[in-house]
Amino acid sequence: MIEAPPLASVTTEPRVTAGNGSLMIRVCSLKKKIGQQEILRGVDLEVRTGETLVLIGRSGGGKSVLLKNIIGLMEPDSGEIWIHGENIIGLNERQLGAIREKVGILFQGAALFDSMTVEDNIAFPLREAGERDPKVLRSRVEEMLEVTEMEGQEDKMPESLSGGMKKRVGLARAIIRRPSCVLYDEPTAGLDPVVADSINKLIRCLQQRFGITSVVVTHDMKSAFDVADRVAYLHQGSVYFHGTPGELQQSTDPLIQDFLLGRSETWRD
Amino acid sequence: MVRFFNALGAPLLSFSQYLGELVLLAAETFRSIFTHKLRWKLFLNQVVEIGLLSQVLVIITGGFTGAVFSAQAFFQFNKLGMGSAVGAVVSVSLCRELAPVLTALMVAGRVGAAMSAEIGTMKVTEQIDALRALAVYPIDYLVVPRTLAMMLSMPLLVAECIAFGILAGYFVAVYLLDVNGPYYVENMVRWTRPKDITMALTKAFVFALLIVFISCQKGLTAREGAVGVGRATTEAVVNASLAVLIVNFFLTMGLNIIFPAGHQ
Repeated sequence: MIEAPPLASVTTEPRVTAGNGSLMIRVCSLKKKIGQQEILRGVDLEVRTGETLVLIGRSGGGKSVLLKNIIGLMEPDSGEIWIHGENIIGLNERQLGAIREKVGILFQGAALFDSMTVEDNIAFPLREAGERDPKVLRSRVEEMLEVTEMEGQEDKMPESLSGGMKKRVGLARAIIRRPSCVLYDEPTAGLDPVVADSINKLIRCLQQRFGITSVVVTHDMKSAFDVADRVAYLHQGSVYFHGTPGELQQSTDPLIQDFLLGRSETWRD
Repeated sequence: MVRFFNALGAPLLSFSQYLGELVLLAAETFRSIFTHKLRWKLFLNQVVEIGLLSQVLVIITGGFTGAVFSAQAFFQFNKLGMGSAVGAVVSVSLCRELAPVLTALMVAGRVGAAMSAEIGTMKVTEQIDALRALAVYPIDYLVVPRTLAMMLSMPLLVAECIAFGILAGYFVAVYLLDVNGPYYVENMVRWTRPKDITMALTKAFVFALLIVFISCQKGLTAREGAVGVGRATTEAVVNASLAVLIVNFFLTMGLNIIFPAGHQ
């Protein structure tokens, strides 16, 4: 097992371009095993209000598992997760509902409800919250379609949408209740560079327009540099590097360099 | 001997865990029914899906079961000069055993499979995670409407199965086998008691719960993509059908104490 060097951020205070300094999410010593495999081995992470933190790392490094732990879709074996000053560990499914109203998530495959139209998918969180007025629902859906540049697609079924469109609809559904934080699981995975760029711009736009705090899990380094205020590199179940995109680029750490340049450790595949 | 118990241990433990999961799902569902608001639209959709769209299946099942049972009973009873007793035999058998069990098996195949496949697909495509992430409890949204719709639809379907079974039995006996119509009806009404109908509806209610919880549990625990959904669906139908047959025996023995057969 490779010993993780100290966090880069310990030596250099990150240059934060967004965020007001108060903490939105705090993860302390988080551990999670799936079967016999130790996925998270003591993750410590802080996300400040209003900033965009990008989580990078190799496949199977535990990024998506960390995201699912943060929103309570998975239960950690030990550690603490604080959201808006409340520790969510030990809360049951119904108690987590209040937290989940403040934190939205965009799933890797968008996870749209395939029996509903685009409009019904986007309106779903509002309907579930008790909104029954068709005019209000319609206007809020139209607003979200405009934000995500999906105007005119409201009557389509998810199966007839492209990958990028599905992600936009998933994002519209995640933000319609105006959460203060959105978690993105691989938002640009499987998209062509142009569509991926439009998703990156959308993430930035949401941060600027609604002041949404974002945590973005990605392998896509262009996406990471486009949207990140800060970057955390997850390696072998813990945070290996933590700093600004500039610090990440300047890092001489061989592991970071290998990741940035896409160099494999071995010639065998 | 030790090896025998060791070999028995793992399946027994796994079966106990499965039963435990079913009981927990049932407990959570009933807690939700009594403490949370019902989603009427979803409930009515399920009533249509389970009750209305199963009609043809149940009518055919009841009709042909009544017809063939009437014919077989006539062939045997006629030797003893008791051809007109066929009406009573068909009616009581349909109420006490045939209609509840056969309807439950047909519904397990049609509705149980659909439930586990739909919920299983939602599970493996992260739609259930999406529900949870949107602060919607999957049991409230997926299991409660299906449970209530099954509780309402199954007794009605069983009643329909009995009615069409009796009608078909009458048609076969009277028009094809020349049994005396008024005697047929007289015997049927004389020997079929309200307790037989109560027994049919009680069984229907219990089978409804067995099918819905077994199917939903399999869907909610589906894994590994399309293969996992396929496996969950097959297991749901097999387990629900076996549970109906096994529980039916114990229900018959138990209910026969409360509602004894015949004129007692």
